[in-house]
Amino acid sequence: MDSPASGGPERSTGHGLLRVLTCGSVDDGKSTLIGRLLHDAGLVPDDQLEQVRRDSRGRVEQDGEIDFSLLVDGLEAEREQGITIDLAYRFFATSRRSFIVADAPGHEQYTRNMATGASAASLALLLVDARKGLLTQTRRHSVICSLMGIRHIVLAVNKMDLAGFGEAVFDAILRDYRAFAAPLGFTTVTAIPLSARAGDNVVHRSARMPWYGGPTLLEHLEAVEPGEGDRAAAPLRFLVEWVARPAASDTDFRGLSGSVLSGRVAAGDRVTVWPAGTPARVARIVTLEGEPEEARAGDAVTLVLEEAVDAARGDLLSGAGAGAGDAPEVADQFAAHLLWMGEEPMIPGRSYLLRSGARWMPATVTALRHVLNVETLEHGAAATLGLNAVGLCNLSTAAPLAFDAYAANRDTGSFILVDRFTSRTVGAGMIRHPLRRAANLHRQELAVSAAERAGIKRQRPAVLWFTGLPGAGKSTVANRVERRLHALGHHTMLLDGDNVRLGLNRDLGFTDADRVENIRRAGEVARLMTEAGLIVLCAFIAPFRAEREMVRALFAEGSFMEIFVDTPLAECQRRDPKGLYAKARAGSLRNVTGIDSPYEPPQAPELRLDTLAEDADRLADRVVEALRVRGIAGA
Amino acid sequence: MPHPPPPLPEDLRLLEAEAVSILRETAAAFRKPVLLYSIGKDSGVLLHLARRAFHPGPLPFPLLHIDTGWKFREMIAFRDETVRRLGVELIVHRNEEGAARGIDPVRSGSALHTRVMKTEALRQALDRHGFDAAIGGARRDEEKSRAKERIFSIRSPGHGWNPRDQRPEPWRLYNTRLQPGETVRVFPLSNWTELDVWRYVAARRLPVVPLYFAAERPVVRRSGTLIMVDDERLPLDPGEVPERLRVRFRTLGCYPLTGAIPSGAATVEEIIAEMRASRSSERQGRLIDGDEPAAMERKKREGYF
Repeated sequence: MDSPASGGPERSTGHGLLRVLTCGSVDDGKSTLIGRLLHDAGLVPDDQLEQVRRDSRGRVEQDGEIDFSLLVDGLEAEREQGITIDLAYRFFATSRRSFIVADAPGHEQYTRNMATGASAASLALLLVDARKGLLTQTRRHSVICSLMGIRHIVLAVNKMDLAGFGEAVFDAILRDYRAFAAPLGFTTVTAIPLSARAGDNVVHRSARMPWYGGPTLLEHLEAVEPGEGDRAAAPLRFLVEWVARPAASDTDFRGLSGSVLSGRVAAGDRVTVWPAGTPARVARIVTLEGEPEEARAGDAVTLVLEEAVDAARGDLLSGAGAGAGDAPEVADQFAAHLLWMGEEPMIPGRSYLLRSGARWMPATVTALRHVLNVETLEHGAAATLGLNAVGLCNLSTAAPLAFDAYAANRDTGSFILVDRFTSRTVGAGMIRHPLRRAANLHRQELAVSAAERAGIKRQRPAVLWFTGLPGAGKSTVANRVERRLHALGHHTMLLDGDNVRLGLNRDLGFTDADRVENIRRAGEVARLMTEAGLIVLCAFIAPFRAEREMVRALFAEGSFMEIFVDTPLAECQRRDPKGLYAKARAGSLRNVTGIDSPYEPPQAPELRLDTLAEDADRLADRVVEALRVRGIAGA
Repeated sequence: MPHPPPPLPEDLRLLEAEAVSILRETAAAFRKPVLLYSIGKDSGVLLHLARRAFHPGPLPFPLLHIDTGWKFREMIAFRDETVRRLGVELIVHRNEEGAARGIDPVRSGSALHTRVMKTEALRQALDRHGFDAAIGGARRDEEKSRAKERIFSIRSPGHGWNPRDQRPEPWRLYNTRLQPGETVRVFPLSNWTELDVWRYVAARRLPVVPLYFAAERPVVRRSGTLIMVDDERLPLDPGEVPERLRVRFRTLGCYPLTGAIPSGAATVEEIIAEMRASRSSERQGRLIDGDEPAAMERKKREGYF
């Protein structure tokens, strides 16, 4: 095949677009295979081939041979190290089909990049080295492909030239793989023996493996039916991405611009806007090129509704048919598989930002039900999820979310989690099902309101959150503040970290995960006490910013004060009122904040107290003065 | 009643919808986006997709053209005509300090010219106007380091790109949150190929700069490249006489740095046919890519688009 395969307009009459992921262990030859595929199909331009031919010198044994991996490994570090670090996307078209190939890295440390590629793929090309058989990464990648919803696997048994082109070798690997993958629910597993380096069975049929009667890799990729193409037959899901504002000439115009994620919608259809559940009817469909009667999965259009309903970016429209299956789930608690992508572990109870569709909202993992062993598929127990780990979790969101199970709809069943402080993407989630308790628990309206309870005490409830290292002086200052408030006639309560740990939180230890839960419970107790009308003083180390922000979010603006008792570590160690630092130094105590456990100082506390500059009484006066200024105490 | 749109081929329909969705996301998620308009075919497609994304409303962001002062005259005429025809807001920025220092593509060389008049100019313009998201028409099929780039590509304060520390983009869930000083480059055409762009231009009947179509033009041959003599600023070597050849351009940039190809393709359909038979890549005529190994990746790390 010497002329480039064509990719003209006629290709739409072929098999459409196929999104392929290549994965497998490092050094199994993924980049080489893609390079070889492009080359043998005549899709590499001459000038690029010439460049690669030049770059290949010294990298391959035979002069004049080409290192095909150089066609796809583009980053300097990748070429230096001869590995793939990040996903590369390759595009090509033959006369039968166009392809987007995501070439994924094989190293375990880049599993998140592999998962990213899997999230959009319909078919995975899984490479196995014929000499090595199934490796840990072969299994890990298979499990992630299965979780991500890929239903078609091509098991590319590579380097057959180095395994004597033996049929028995190939059969044994295929047998092993079928046994391993049986529980993963793939629709098809097609195995092809090939040599990426030498080009056997990639585009051209190999004469060296006459025992193989199946298709070449390219033939199979051109012919395979992903069997998921009919998203248009699924229930309607229309994601609102933008509310089109009135144009100057048409001030009444209000359109919901978005994407048809699945199903179809036509002018005149009755729809429901989620999560509110508002019914409406589609008046017309608007595009720059005109007004089509109908839009189907994959279209980006603007819907104009007959009614002036309240619909905003992030809302989801479904059909309003009689079938209950037409409506998405709406809940603020659900179970999901979570692939962790963060360097810092996932900690249940910590607040993250969740993105689903076009909506952002705070969310926490309320329980880590199990961690999946991606080699054996066994479920294990764990307190946290580390980098590249997969777990089944319960999540809770700050507002109800409209979604579907991931198995039913990848777009409406997926989400990402983002760290609130670094803005990094730390998790990728696939929703399994809503938690029934979310639907069955409703906040009970109380007969006496928080404002009434506070009113009878003639005060404004508030939380004073003292944070700082052990021995900084939090409890000392908090005690003196409470004395003064009491003397002024205020109703108060002091929650001290140690006291709470002796009672309510006696089941918790000092791991990061337990510290987060400790603070979560303390925050909830403080909230109940402010609803009772009290001024609550909390003296907790609360080492992580994320948790202090989580507690802050429980309270109305202005009723939560973060008070940073700022004492240098050396001074705290000198004071050491409870002997913690001495024990830590002696090695008899672990997880001591400031020693072998981190402390993240507040960045913008309402008040900062310098215990080196002033004594505890002066500092207590300062706190009371700050409360007076805010109208909380001593009015 | 307007006519319904002509049906697009299935793969283009999906690429169009993806790009439209990305453009809406950009407008909604960032404080002050801008669309980088470089006048070429990709920019033209991008501009059409942006109008499509927000129709019937106006574009929620302006266009920005980084003018090196060395663009083909026909490009500038096409730019001004486009802005007039569509009634969109255009900001033109030139690195005046660079121009005053006499930086030009002929005497300063392509590397210095590109760094000062394109990379630095872009950074100046983004900083001056406080743009936090710059939308561009770059595609992953153009160059190997671009094949690795995210659709929403975070730039550190100072506009640097760290290819080893990119945010994963599973599904279509883009993480658009920025840290102080960070900005983002957005590439809605990431998954398009050169051929897709031309097929789309054909399907939607989009106007493009006439330089893409074959015509007789005055050119000189320099180290294997055909350079068009667009104005009197191109110094001719002693004895060098421009010849008139039937040529066209696959990409458009600064005219002394952009090689023409001999071609008879005078319509979009003929261009598509020619491209299917072509054996060379799109950027082969772009002198700046060959400055050094991994030239594009290094330029991008410095803040080049």
